[in-house]
Amino acid sequence: MNARYATALKPARIKDSSGDRIFFAFCYSITILLAVIVLLPLIYVVSCSFSSGIAVSTGKVLLWPVEFTLDGYKRVVMYPMVWRSYANTILYTTGGTVLHICLVMIAAYPLARRGLPHKKIFMLFFSFTMLFNGGMIPSYLLVRDLGIMNTIWAMLIPGAFSAYNMVVARTFIQNSIPESLLEATQVDGCSDVRYFFQFVIPLSKAVIAVLSLQVAIAIWNSYFNALLYLTNDKLHPLQLVLRKVLLLSQISADDLMDPDDALALQGMADLMKYSLIVFATVPILCVYPFVQKYFVKGIMIGSIKG
Amino acid sequence: MEKLSKKYKRYWQLYLFLLIPVAYVFIFNYIPMVGVQISFKKLKITNTIWNAPWVGLENFQRFLGSYQFFDILLNTVVLSVYSVLAAFPFPILFALTLNAIEKNRFKKTIQTITYIPHFISVVVLVSIVNQVLHPMTGIYGVLFKAITGRMPDDLMGIPSAFPHIYVWSSVWQNFGYNSIIYFAALSSVDPELHEAAKVDGASRFRRVLHVDVPAILPTITIMLILRMSTVMTIGFQKVYLMQNTLNLETSEVISTYVYKKGLASGVSNDYSYSTAVDLFNSIVNLLLVTVSNTISRKVSETSLW
Repeated sequence: MNARYATALKPARIKDSSGDRIFFAFCYSITILLAVIVLLPLIYVVSCSFSSGIAVSTGKVLLWPVEFTLDGYKRVVMYPMVWRSYANTILYTTGGTVLHICLVMIAAYPLARRGLPHKKIFMLFFSFTMLFNGGMIPSYLLVRDLGIMNTIWAMLIPGAFSAYNMVVARTFIQNSIPESLLEATQVDGCSDVRYFFQFVIPLSKAVIAVLSLQVAIAIWNSYFNALLYLTNDKLHPLQLVLRKVLLLSQISADDLMDPDDALALQGMADLMKYSLIVFATVPILCVYPFVQKYFVKGIMIGSIKG
Repeated sequence: MEKLSKKYKRYWQLYLFLLIPVAYVFIFNYIPMVGVQISFKKLKITNTIWNAPWVGLENFQRFLGSYQFFDILLNTVVLSVYSVLAAFPFPILFALTLNAIEKNRFKKTIQTITYIPHFISVVVLVSIVNQVLHPMTGIYGVLFKAITGRMPDDLMGIPSAFPHIYVWSSVWQNFGYNSIIYFAALSSVDPELHEAAKVDGASRFRRVLHVDVPAILPTITIMLILRMSTVMTIGFQKVYLMQNTLNLETSEVISTYVYKKGLASGVSNDYSYSTAVDLFNSIVNLLLVTVSNTISRKVSETSLW
């Protein structure tokens, strides 16, 4: 839209003054500099992951891989915990996202309906949770008392609802689905339940996509709930394993399954960190180009609050 | 009476929908709120939330009187205020600067690049920070050695460096993504305003000041209130990962203290005490939101409620 406008106006454009030219030069240099600053650490990590362990631990790698090898990735792939935690994370992310969206939608739809008695009370009931919460310990005690510690439910259920997301979905439904549609279907004898599944859900695709994306990324990237509620290694998600390997440096000789080369362990451990970072982040970054168009939409939907 | 039941009968399916979320929020949000009462009690392993003896404000007094109180509060405030000061204006300035350039493909490319770090998890971010700042193998170490000829100190172990690393790594990660909302606001500026200003001889810089800035001012206000409301909620996740025994002096904040006292001390876990600390934090927060909301309603007529 903007692009078309700009090209249409081009012939009549007044020539940039010298002051403008300095200003543009400034804008270009600043933004390019920022992009470089963002990219440098990322390129560094990727380059390290393809370099040899010795080159990494002696600080030879700066921008391009030195002594190109796939050793780091071979180690990562052989590390059994990586695969199990990957599977766990995928399970928690898909399960958690589906549950979250279901709860948010079934709360948002009735509250978007005009004329529902006591709607204000329900809204207050949900909104209050945005201002105040019980905090870390009471939530922990609740999960413990419910007996879901160290089960997959501890990862799926706490955090399965967000009042903020519910308000976003509700505003979307109110603004984009016309009241006349409801009236027309009611005349034809359509029940509220059927209206929800047949009309509200299909017409809310955009908001569902945006919220799913945000929730899924948040679950994929978080480690806190797992740290609190899971002590069993077998259930640990990827981020917790990453923390163990990357930050606590707990890679032992037996974990590497090949205890013969204990000498090369240090260089290998460094190298493995880089490969693991790339290995764990690539899936999220692969989704990124496909969902980029939803960002602006998502933020716009979120910012119009009713 | 019949009328009344008819009124509800019409909506019974909608109430059915609400049943599950209401039950969920009741259990997972309101029960913990009731559980906050343990901050006024002495909860031991042998008793439950309900039959623990009341101790009044003892837990709060213990926190306020503890030798760590001042340091922890100061660390939390320093990190929060520094974060707002650095992280808030950055995306706005970035959006204004990039938006001034009228080449769409260039704009898109820069945007795509700067959004990337947002998708990196905290664990990975902190480990990238560790690797990049590593005194021997990181970019920082290698460059420092190349320039000065000696090995640098380990920045992660210097307490005074901690706030800077914490804040600027967050800026690095989020400034691009946080600028999206301002780009959206800027794209809705009426092009005729720019044309009119151009005809009047305004330079591009003047147009940024007098057309673009006023256009995004309401967005800035809303974002500022939202930001103020999270001032004291220094996220647990990142600080906890960046902590080590050497930088604890400046890196211990309320949320990490709550976790350590309440859940990570093994047998000496003190649920009551750490809930009291957490509650103290929540109340300060609630006050901050209310105050910033009231001020902004008076000053600019934009507010959250």
